[in-house]
Amino acid sequence: MSTPLSIKELSKKEERFTAGHRMCAGCGAPTVVKMVLMATEYPVIAANATGCLEVSTCIQQFTSWNIPWIHNAFENAAATLSGVETMYRSLKKQGKIDKEIKFIAFGGDGGTYDIGFQSLSGAMERGHDMLYICYDNGAYMNTGIQRSSATPLGADTTTCPVGSANPGKVQERKDLTRIMAAHGIPYVAQASPSNWSDLMKKVKKAHEIKGPKFMNIIAPCNRGWRSKTDDAITLSRIAVNTCYWPLFEIEDGVTRVTYKPKEKKPLVDFLKPQGRFKHLFAPENEWLLNKAQEVVDKNWERLLREEEFTAPRSE
Amino acid sequence: MKLKGWKELTPGAVVTEPGSSKKFKTGSWRAFKPKWIEENCIQCLFCWIYCPDMAVKVKDGKRGEFDYDYCKGCGICALECPGKKGNKAIVMEEEGK
Ligand code: SF4
Ligand code: SF4
Repeated sequence: MSTPLSIKELSKKEERFTAGHRMCAGCGAPTVVKMVLMATEYPVIAANATGCLEVSTCIQQFTSWNIPWIHNAFENAAATLSGVETMYRSLKKQGKIDKEIKFIAFGGDGGTYDIGFQSLSGAMERGHDMLYICYDNGAYMNTGIQRSSATPLGADTTTCPVGSANPGKVQERKDLTRIMAAHGIPYVAQASPSNWSDLMKKVKKAHEIKGPKFMNIIAPCNRGWRSKTDDAITLSRIAVNTCYWPLFEIEDGVTRVTYKPKEKKPLVDFLKPQGRFKHLFAPENEWLLNKAQEVVDKNWERLLREEEFTAPRSE
Repeated sequence: MKLKGWKELTPGAVVTEPGSSKKFKTGSWRAFKPKWIEENCIQCLFCWIYCPDMAVKVKDGKRGEFDYDYCKGCGICALECPGKKGNKAIVMEEEGK
């Protein structure tokens, strides 16, 4: 029951996410959604937290979703989908439905890291059989680039604006992927649309695991990142190659780094093309630039140690 | 394209037609237009997989033309296209030129 992940075969599948949506030109999120939905043959029911993706893909009588889809509010995509999944289990028990259906919730970083966090945490703890996908663009982009707890250190946003008194966001980002892993759920992963095959393999794998699953996927936003309209994929690739956004999975407590860059690139390669980090290259902010690199190095090394430490011991 | 009046909308504004956004043509947003140069194309389909607007047509696993009804002209396909021997199979041109 599955198409091999060859690009030719994938291109023959029916589109589950259609054109005519009103995400900005060059947005990374629609590509993430299309890849996630393409990765499986199972019928899928999706829920969406409020955010760019939700407001731009379902406007009055137009929807870009070629699958059943529900939006409720900002804070409760996971809770809403928990309800749908519970009803499905009940109908299945009553013999009113026999199809194998998969459940996916989509939320941006605002709807996942911050506003929707309690409902996400609750749904994972209750053990609902669903996959939660966070498309992380690192701020509340839909309402005008306000900082979120996913906003990287040093970034300029409208609620931590750069000026003489402030060098951008002074806090580090919340490491949500690890927080989700700490819930002890069976599958947690981080992915990037640049590495499409890795992304889809993870989605496919997640659907074969019973219980709650979480994936965090980087989704560049040229408006908020102050970059060009054509570089969403390139920037997500640089994010991976600088180890700012490592690709890994944690399955039943075993951490596996799914892609190790041959040469770890300096973080400035990721920061330079983005206007939101422009001020970091001024001499007075050198300390912050260095700190941003230190944070990436520290997290990457910890991840590698974690992989070593959790690896199943061979006899 | 005519929008529905409030009397014609379903209760709760539930949308009953999946994929109906296809009626909304986003091609008019475009300031730059991608041009496909077939002889440089190696059929890798990266343009298709990375396009955020499902605006690269593929038939039976073969690259077809752009769908200018929806292409927003972002240029991702052109940047990601490997082309043949360093010659891009997609170039961006200014609209209306
Ligand atoms: S320019 Fe952008 S929207 Fe148009 S086909 Fe290329 S990737 Fe798709
Ligand atoms: S990315 Fe370029 S070479 Fe590959 S299929 Fe598209 S046009 Fe052809």
